[in-house]
Amino acid sequence: MPSKPRTLYEKIWDAHVVERQEDGTCLIYIDRHLVHEVTSPQAFEALRLSGRKVRRPDLTLAVPDHNLPTTPRLAPDGSRLPVADAQSAAQLAALEANAPSFGIEYIDAVAPEQGIVHVVGPEQGFSLPGTTIVCGDSHTAAHGGIGALAFGIGTSEVEHVLATQTLLLRPSKTMEVRVEGELGPGVTPKDLILHIIGVIGTAGGTGHVIEYRGPVFERMSVEGRLTVCNMSIEGGARAGLIAPDQTVFDYLEGRPYAPTDEAWDKAVDWWRSLATDECATFDKSVVIDASHVEPTVTWGTSPEDVVPIGGEVPAPESFADLSKQEAARKSLDYMGLSPGMPLEQVEVENIFIGSCTNSRIEDLRAAAAILKGRTKAHNVRWAIAVPGSGLVKRQAEEEGLDRIFTDAGFEWREPGCSACLAMNPDKVPPGERCASTSNRNFVGRQGPGSRTHLLSPAMAAAAAVTGRLTDVRKLLDV
Amino acid sequence: MKQVSTISGRAIPLGLKNVDTDVIIPAHWLKTVSREGLGKGAFESIRQTPGNPFDVEDFAGAPILIAGDNFGCGSSREHAAWAMLDMGLTAVIAPSFSDIFSGNAFKNGILAVELPQEQVDRLLEVAKDHPITIDLENQFVTTPFQDRFAFEVDPFRKHCLLNGLDEIGLTLERDAAIETHEKERADSLPWLDAPTRNRREHA
Ligand code: SF4
Repeated sequence: MPSKPRTLYEKIWDAHVVERQEDGTCLIYIDRHLVHEVTSPQAFEALRLSGRKVRRPDLTLAVPDHNLPTTPRLAPDGSRLPVADAQSAAQLAALEANAPSFGIEYIDAVAPEQGIVHVVGPEQGFSLPGTTIVCGDSHTAAHGGIGALAFGIGTSEVEHVLATQTLLLRPSKTMEVRVEGELGPGVTPKDLILHIIGVIGTAGGTGHVIEYRGPVFERMSVEGRLTVCNMSIEGGARAGLIAPDQTVFDYLEGRPYAPTDEAWDKAVDWWRSLATDECATFDKSVVIDASHVEPTVTWGTSPEDVVPIGGEVPAPESFADLSKQEAARKSLDYMGLSPGMPLEQVEVENIFIGSCTNSRIEDLRAAAAILKGRTKAHNVRWAIAVPGSGLVKRQAEEEGLDRIFTDAGFEWREPGCSACLAMNPDKVPPGERCASTSNRNFVGRQGPGSRTHLLSPAMAAAAAVTGRLTDVRKLLDV
Repeated sequence: MKQVSTISGRAIPLGLKNVDTDVIIPAHWLKTVSREGLGKGAFESIRQTPGNPFDVEDFAGAPILIAGDNFGCGSSREHAAWAMLDMGLTAVIAPSFSDIFSGNAFKNGILAVELPQEQVDRLLEVAKDHPITIDLENQFVTTPFQDRFAFEVDPFRKHCLLNGLDEIGLTLERDAAIETHEKERADSLPWLDAPTRNRREHA
């Protein structure tokens, strides 16, 4: 055993090195591979053409999410409704056929466990602390919230993992984001990660794996940790993680794919040993004061374009960097905003509560707490709540949250990626604004010409009620 | 992956500079489920202009493409290589290539040959009526005339192409090491294996 103090990331990395090459590149073993319908068809096809098998179907789990419509999937007679878009239907059909033909467990579109792959993984106990997890989707970083080293990969890498259960990788640098103090009332994990991205910038974590540290994370729920780690990629890092602790173990125990009995105890022992050693050092360190974090929204077309809800749309000249000034001008033009405008005056026509960032039960509860006894404003044309999985949906219905949403004028949908990337029919019309709990506010992300403001579920609910971006604390009984 | 040693046949004399990945395969072809069939969309915009070299009957199924500087610039889409393979191309000759494209080409068994502009010009001339031969083993491009142009190739890539090894093939050669790791892991962290079994036990 190396005696040098190591970080959580380094411990997980070391435990997965199959071979180390002279130039430092390592062949890394992959413990869990999640597969969805968009980035897998060509990988399966290539395996078929080369006569190769999936090395470890038992470590692979497939679930459709990106293309699925969020409208009902079953006709009244119980038969499956067809997917209208021919290309979406073809991608979905390909996964449905490929999974069983390669011996991979497949959660189908109408199973209660179906959902967004990054919600399903932890919820099923398929994602576990200390494991390496990959998926052909950049928000795989989310699984870092339970203490896994998780990152997104491209189609050729999907094929590589299917065939060999390994990847050739260079080690990343380590970065610590230490948050001191406590979050104020009405300030959520989403506000915190938006604030962090605002501080470090979208390139702040490039080449690094982030470990989020500090008392805030120790007290944070698993759902909140998944939200934070999910957006590590928006901060430029390929992965982000939080040391697994009792909160995570309690969350995972008894979940369908999690170990049981003696195996569980052994696993927990190992997980406890993974925390960063006291004297370990990071290549980069950023300290954030939690008490400075306000409910936060984005004003532009990059996730680093954040401002506290009480603030104003910034002037492009306020940025030191010339290229950032130019980018800000373009963003403001696209977003239809002018410098100096208070964020709370920005009207929104669409509300999206969902995506792998914020579609878990806690997110829906937070939004429902604001919506209870209230209705959406007249100018809000379209408001949808899209649970992250069928199980989240069921739980929410048991708690009566669906009624709160529908009474407030929301549509209550079937689980999937939905308006996060608008690959299915859920799109924001050109020129319209959307208060969205997703993770990317890129040009056209929610549909061509769509204007996205990223925020927390509670803030999205507040915007629905007032028809404007709103400081949720004004609607809280605090 | 197929072995590549000598590629001989007609060469499409395109000659254009800065052919980007959008030209090789437009974005609307990306929502597909197969690498096959992308050939239909390859060079779509060029094929729509009358008199383009792709329409010349002699070049149907030609294995080689000759292009100008900076071939394959633009996005990282691997579909560009897939589309070219699907239309039967196994080699491209150009004065320079984008890094990402040459990586993707190599991954998919397409040989990217860099030659100086004058030699490319000569090949563009010859290719109109005659076949061309690329000898990877000896690193020469030849014509039915006296032309014999030497080219450089990364020794590792050459080895892979000559032996039909792709990255996956190479990793599969490390099978023993992977198996050892799997055994150690099964001993020390046995709960990592067969999570699906847990699911059945829970049920
Ligand atoms: S919800 Fe959005 S970010 Fe998450 S997996 Fe789906 S498309 Fe990707």
